[in-house]
Amino acid sequence: MTVLATPKSRSAVSAKQALNVRFTGLGRSFGPPADRRTVLRDINFDVAAGEVLAILGPSGCGKSTLLRAAAGLDALNAGSVVIDGTEVRGIDERCAVAFQEPRLLPWHTLQANVAIGLPKASSASEGKAKVAELLQLVELDQFAKHRPREVSGGMAQRASLARALARNPGVLLLDEPFGALDALTRIKMQDLLLDIHKAQPTTVLLVTHDVDEALQLADRIVVLGSDGDQPGATITEVLTVPGDRPRDRNSADLGRMRSSLLASLGVTGH
Amino acid sequence: MTHQGNPYVTGNSVTAVSKAGLEASGSTVTTADATQPPPERGGPAHGWSQTGPLRRGWVRLLLGLILPSLIITVWQLNSVTGLFSSVQVPPPAAVFNAAVELIQRGELWTHIGISTQRVLLGFTFGAALGLVIGSLVGLSRIADALLAPTIGALRAVPSLAWVPLLILWMKIGEDSKITLILIGAFFPVFTTVYIALRHVDRNLVEAGRAFGLSGFKLLTTVQLPAVIPAVFSGLRLGLAQAWLFLVAAELIASSLGLGYLLSDSQNNGRVDRIFLAIILLAIIGKTTDALLGIAEKWAVRRWA
Repeated sequence: MTVLATPKSRSAVSAKQALNVRFTGLGRSFGPPADRRTVLRDINFDVAAGEVLAILGPSGCGKSTLLRAAAGLDALNAGSVVIDGTEVRGIDERCAVAFQEPRLLPWHTLQANVAIGLPKASSASEGKAKVAELLQLVELDQFAKHRPREVSGGMAQRASLARALARNPGVLLLDEPFGALDALTRIKMQDLLLDIHKAQPTTVLLVTHDVDEALQLADRIVVLGSDGDQPGATITEVLTVPGDRPRDRNSADLGRMRSSLLASLGVTGH
Repeated sequence: MTHQGNPYVTGNSVTAVSKAGLEASGSTVTTADATQPPPERGGPAHGWSQTGPLRRGWVRLLLGLILPSLIITVWQLNSVTGLFSSVQVPPPAAVFNAAVELIQRGELWTHIGISTQRVLLGFTFGAALGLVIGSLVGLSRIADALLAPTIGALRAVPSLAWVPLLILWMKIGEDSKITLILIGAFFPVFTTVYIALRHVDRNLVEAGRAFGLSGFKLLTTVQLPAVIPAVFSGLRLGLAQAWLFLVAAELIASSLGLGYLLSDSQNNGRVDRIFLAIILLAIIGKTTDALLGIAEKWAVRRWA
C-alpha cells in the first residue's frame, strides 16, 4: 500500500492509510485432541479503518489470543482475520504490536530499538529522520542514546510504542500496553495515545482489562466473556462509547456505562 | 616415557580424570546460572553492594595479595623451623634459584612457550567448535534431536580415556596433545552456548519476529547478542579446562612443556622444580583467565 502525495505523507510519522479489519468465525483452542481447551469461539466483528476499538474482558479470557491472531503471531483453529481484504497468514507488515512489557533489546539504545520497527523498505536517512521524529512524539528525544535499563518503565513503554509506530502500521495492536504502569503514568500514556492517534489516525485494537481505559480511549468496546454452557469466550456485548475524545473522566454517561460494563464482567456494586 | 610402570603418573592421571569429572559437572551448574538474567537489570550480577572501598581496584588487589604473602611467609618460616625437611618443602629461595638456573640454561622460556602455545591452539579450536556446534544444536530442533544425545554420551567419556587412542592415531607429537586440549575446551563452551540459546527470552524473540525479523537476521539481532555474556563465561570455563588437559597431556607423554618439567623433576627428585612448575601454572593460568575476565566484563556491560 503506497501513500500518494497527500499533504500528510510529507511528514515522516504519517500513517499508511488506516486499514479495516474483519474477524470471521474465529476460534482457538489449545492442548492435545483428547484434552482440548477452547479459549475463543465464534468471534465475529468488523473494525472500521481509523477506529479505536477496545477489547475488554476478564483476565485469561483470550483477549491477547485474539490480538495475536490479528498480528499473525498465532495460528487459528477456525475462522479468519482479514485486513483490508487480504487474509492474515503469518506476521505481516501491515500490523505493529506493542506488548504489555516493553520487550526492548537491552543491549541497544532506545533509538536503535525504535529503529527495529522501521519497515524493511525504508532508506537509512528516511529511517533516521523518522526515529528522531517518533522519539520526539513520545517525548524521549533527550533519552535517544540511553539503554532500556537506564530509563523508567513508563519511558520504556513509550519507546515500545514508538517502535510500533515506526512500522507505519495500518493497524496498531496494543496488548494491555499500560497495564503494568502506575496510575499516574497510565493516564499520561493514554493521553499520549490519543495525541498519536490524532496525528496518525491509524486503526487501533486495544486489549485491556481496565474499564476506564476502554471508556477513555475507544470508539467502540467489544466485551469478551463466556456465554451459556459452551466452553470458551466469545463476544457478549458491543458498545459504542458516546462523546469526542478527550472525554471527561467524571461524566454521568460514562459512569452508567462503567457500571454496566463492570456488571457484565461480574463486578457489581461499584 | 610412558605411563606404564610408573605408578605416580598413573595416579596423576586418575586424579586428573576425577577432577575433569568434577569440573564437567561443576560447569553445568555454573552455566545454568550464567544464563539466568541478573535479578535486577543494571544491578550487579552478584548480590554485593555497589559502593564502599571494595569497589576500588587497588583495594581489591591489595586484599587479594594478603593470602599469597602469608603463604610465602609461612613457607619461608618453615625453612627456619625445619617442620618439613627441605627435601619435602624446599625454601622459596631454592625455587627462585631453580627458576634462575632454568632461565640461564634457556629451558624455562621454552617450557612456558610450548605449553602456552598448546593451550592457545587447543583452546582456540575447541572453543570455535564449541561455539559453532553449540549454536547449531541450541537453535535447531532437528540438530538438537540428531546430535545432542551423541554429544552428551561423548561428554560422559572421561576425556583422558581418549589419550591411548589419540597417541595411537597421531603418535606422541603436538597433534595428539592439541587434540586432547581441544576436547577439554570444547565441552564447557558447547554446553554454555547450547543452554544459553535455549533460554533466550522468548518474549524478546517474539517481539523480534513481530517486527519482521526471521532466520539469520533474527539470530544476529536478538539471539546471539542475548547469549554473548554467557558465551564468555563458557570460554572462561573452557580455558580452565584447557590448562587442566594440557598438564594431563604433558605428564603422560612429552619432552617439553610445564607438564614435562613436572614429571621429569619427579623422576629426578627435584622438588624445587616441581614447586616452580606448579607456581608457574598458577600464575599463567590466572593471567589468561584474568584477560578473558576483562573481555567478559566488557561484554556484560555492552550486551547484558
